[in-house]
Amino acid sequence: MAERAGPVTPRVALMGGLAAGAILLLVLGSISAVALRAEAWNGLKPSDWAALRFTLLQAVLSAAISVGLAIPVARALARRRFRGRGALITLLGAPFILPVIVAVFGLLAVFGRSGMASQILGWLGLPPLSIFGLHGVVLAHVFFNLPLAVRLILQGWMAVPAERFRLAASLNFSGRDIARHIEWPVLREVVPGALMTVFLICTTSFAVALTLGGGPRATTIELAIYQAFRFDFDLSRAALLALLQVAVSGTAALIALRVAQPAEQGGGLDRIAARWDASTPTARTLDAVFLSLVALFLLAPLLSIVIRGLPGILGLPAPVFAAAGRSVLVALTSTALTLALALPLAVLAHRLRGRGGKAIEGLGYLTIAASPLVIGTGLFIVIFPFANPVALALPVTALVNAAMALPFALRVLAPALAGVEDSYGRLADSLRLTGIARLRLLWLPRLRRPLGFAAGLAAALSMGDLGVVALFADPEGATLPLVLYRLMAAYRTGDAAAAALLLLMLSLAAFWVFDRGGRMDADT
Amino acid sequence: MRYLILAAGLLAATPALAQDKPTLTVMTYDSFVSDWGPGPVVEAKFEETCGCDLKFVGSGDGAALLARVRLEGARSDADVVLGLDTNLTAAAAETGLFAPHSAAVDGLSLPVAWDDPLFLPFDWGYFAFVHDTTKLATPPADFRALGASDVSIIIQDPRSSTPGLGLLMWVKAAYGDEAEAVWAGLADNIVTVTKGWSEAYGLFLEGEADMVLSYTTSPAYHRIAEEDDTKAAAEFVEGHYLQIEVAGKLASSDQPELADAFLAFMLSEGFQGAIATTNWMYPAVIPAAGLPEGFGAPRVGKSLHVAPVDAPTVRDVALDEWLSALGQ
Amino acid sequence: MLTLEGVRLARGSWNLSADLTVMAGSRVAVIGPSGAGKSTLLDLIAGFADPDVGRVIWNGTLLTGLPPGARPTSLLFQDGNLLPHLTAFQNVALGLRPSLRLSSDEAHRVRASLSRVGLNGFADRKPGALSGGQRSRVALARMLLRAEPLVLLDEPFAALGPALKSEMLALLLELVAETSATLLMVTHDPDDARALGDQTILVADGIAHPPQDTRTLFANPPTALTAYLG
Repeated sequence: MAERAGPVTPRVALMGGLAAGAILLLVLGSISAVALRAEAWNGLKPSDWAALRFTLLQAVLSAAISVGLAIPVARALARRRFRGRGALITLLGAPFILPVIVAVFGLLAVFGRSGMASQILGWLGLPPLSIFGLHGVVLAHVFFNLPLAVRLILQGWMAVPAERFRLAASLNFSGRDIARHIEWPVLREVVPGALMTVFLICTTSFAVALTLGGGPRATTIELAIYQAFRFDFDLSRAALLALLQVAVSGTAALIALRVAQPAEQGGGLDRIAARWDASTPTARTLDAVFLSLVALFLLAPLLSIVIRGLPGILGLPAPVFAAAGRSVLVALTSTALTLALALPLAVLAHRLRGRGGKAIEGLGYLTIAASPLVIGTGLFIVIFPFANPVALALPVTALVNAAMALPFALRVLAPALAGVEDSYGRLADSLRLTGIARLRLLWLPRLRRPLGFAAGLAAALSMGDLGVVALFADPEGATLPLVLYRLMAAYRTGDAAAAALLLLMLSLAAFWVFDRGGRMDADT
Repeated sequence: MRYLILAAGLLAATPALAQDKPTLTVMTYDSFVSDWGPGPVVEAKFEETCGCDLKFVGSGDGAALLARVRLEGARSDADVVLGLDTNLTAAAAETGLFAPHSAAVDGLSLPVAWDDPLFLPFDWGYFAFVHDTTKLATPPADFRALGASDVSIIIQDPRSSTPGLGLLMWVKAAYGDEAEAVWAGLADNIVTVTKGWSEAYGLFLEGEADMVLSYTTSPAYHRIAEEDDTKAAAEFVEGHYLQIEVAGKLASSDQPELADAFLAFMLSEGFQGAIATTNWMYPAVIPAAGLPEGFGAPRVGKSLHVAPVDAPTVRDVALDEWLSALGQ
Repeated sequence: MLTLEGVRLARGSWNLSADLTVMAGSRVAVIGPSGAGKSTLLDLIAGFADPDVGRVIWNGTLLTGLPPGARPTSLLFQDGNLLPHLTAFQNVALGLRPSLRLSSDEAHRVRASLSRVGLNGFADRKPGALSGGQRSRVALARMLLRAEPLVLLDEPFAALGPALKSEMLALLLELVAETSATLLMVTHDPDDARALGDQTILVADGIAHPPQDTRTLFANPPTALTAYLG
């Protein structure tokens, strides 16, 4: 890692700086806007500290369990080839991009009092499960984040050069030796990042914690912000809480970036490495068990969403389809914005290296910690004097969705870009490939897979997120998630179930199209 | 980049092109403007006579609406705010942003007398616990019996939901200083506390609890729209808490006459006739044709209500009791 | 004696067949055009690939079907011989005990083989802090330590300069002589083949030909070899 990265040219600095500035402005600017609009200054309440404690507790548990389970699953996926492996990987991505309310009902259909699991227990004469409480919150968070953790770890795993497994085989390494000399270094590098990502996602959890938490004990910071806004209209407290949230996440991000060891990978090939250690019956059985359990855990709730939504999907009223169209448009815009922010940030972070690079990368993760409610309200306060926020509802939603997806895109793109630059950066420098030429001839072709994956995530996340549109919406501007809520509010549970299925299909399709586009013909 | 700008332009395009007709902007909660709420009917009916363009702007629910009004302040484009309830009117009046209405209130059919100079009611209802009669034949008769039973309930968080706050006021109005003890008794009956009504009601329909906090009018929806009469609202002997939803004119309105016209229209047949089966509440003025079949008059022994001026204080005390009783 | 008996391997339209014998203790160069199957030939012997038909036999023992770690082979690749996060000492020690739990005698042997290849004082360096030649020496030290009777090299020194390369080749030949190992080395450089001395296997047109005397082969090259040498 001693090689020098390319120079920080004015163009790199400008593009990266603009992206970083936009993020800072969005996150801290919106908090400031809310704070400046406060009518009086009040401190935090004791209940806010309780909210902080619960937020940390559930986030730590969720991150540890999600990542802990993801490791054997990623390993099984990395070393097994089987029919439907690709489809399984795509489907595993589904929970993460599901709208919260849809996912919660999917989980209930399996783990709820009248759910499948409880019915099976009932036949055995056992009492039904209770999904409500801290364990329910953690279960839902694991459902959402396990697939993401699997993807993140799998990417690290697949980056191990194939030669290393040949070396291991020729030196007659046991499974343990492989774990120690080859897998542990990889995990050491990817696990802190995965833990941090899941932890950060869970710190801003609101609807899951509130719906499944079982009572006011399960109050998160985000709920406290919500209360400060609409119950007390105490903008100063809302801003303070938002700062607290950013501080918590910032600390977590710093710790994770410290613990993460820089990669010392040699230039390997991108194909699935043949593994000579994985053919023992124990390894096979273990992999099969993990894959089946995870597939069951993640896919059964999805299946129930499909079953419940299918009967009504063709009979959905027209406004639902109009809203779906708007959601697609918002998702596409948001995807373009995400990539336009992520790539310059990744380039600048790589060129700066060292502390400066880490700071830039850390900045990109900031939006994970940002409260959508605070960002939305901050933007509202800023926009209101100049323009009608309602008219800008969809562009603003696209922008905020892009900011929310940025950390995930960056998490995927930054290491990939660093890898490409380490392998081909000096070649490109010597050929004087800069600016657009470097983008077109080096980055886009070499980064197709991560770009496709990042774009798929961004599109699907935007599609499923209720986002700030709820703060600004007018009757004609509703997105699909908002219409889903409206259907539920109008007692129309059948239509809501069908709309949920439509949303699930659109989110998955958006992810699939981009991810597939990135992988198709990728000559790696 | 060009495509981005183009896309942003497309997204921003609004139907509000140059028009000769004046525009009346009504800010309301989101489910009112939805395609399944009263919004579309009300808009069509009012535009028949007003010679104007009626525009709805949606924002969350009642409490979010008040936060929005405060954020926008005197610069708001809105002329009328519709959808606050009597738990919020004191706080709303205190902002000084609302102007007195000029409508006659003698035709109102509310359970209480109405003399608020700023706000006019447009519908009302009682909070109640709804249950499935095939699963729970004899529901508890009051909160104490509920607390003593093993009947499970789902409620909404008072900090994020209007019915949730309504329940807080209900228990406080019925039990006063003993409210905290009543909540302590209910603690083990509460399966979970949700963000809003939709989630709670959805969980109930999924079978996650025996009863859910909703309205006495909820069973009417199932009877009328789904021909399902298994849902019933349990009648509690200590009485039910009354929610009255109101609208008010903003002092900053640049269309004060139109706003007055809208408030007058709000109490007329065209608006009131739509309320029962779109907002699933009791209209503030019973339409000439009466209530739809299956809707029925509320079967409520006693009407509980906290005067709007006292609501903010009662609310804060009740919230602290609620939090401490449920173990924070 | 290493025997490849009726070995056939097909991958789509590409195929390789080998019927040949290598005498124990000989030093054999493997030469031929790119993509002809030089590396695949080594993979068949080392166990990274198994033939569709045919057998690989070493001194009467059937190797076909055995996993790579159970075969009497030491392998050196062009790169990827070392784990970048382990020190030179640990990388060598992997050849004795993948668990890295060494007795003091074993640790002594690791240090001895490092000093044999001229890496005294470099034991605690990681590969990133070693030059290309020093990295090759670490790999050779491990090969020496393992003392497997079959040493397979796949263009091991291709990235080194000419002087360094001949130095490494010389060291390799010394070490092979010390352990009386049989050596097969893939190369694209006729000079390497000459430096090895004994024999050369030509891999071309889907066939791995039996070893021939290197001098004779280059003095009177068949068409496939002339096309390659140009």
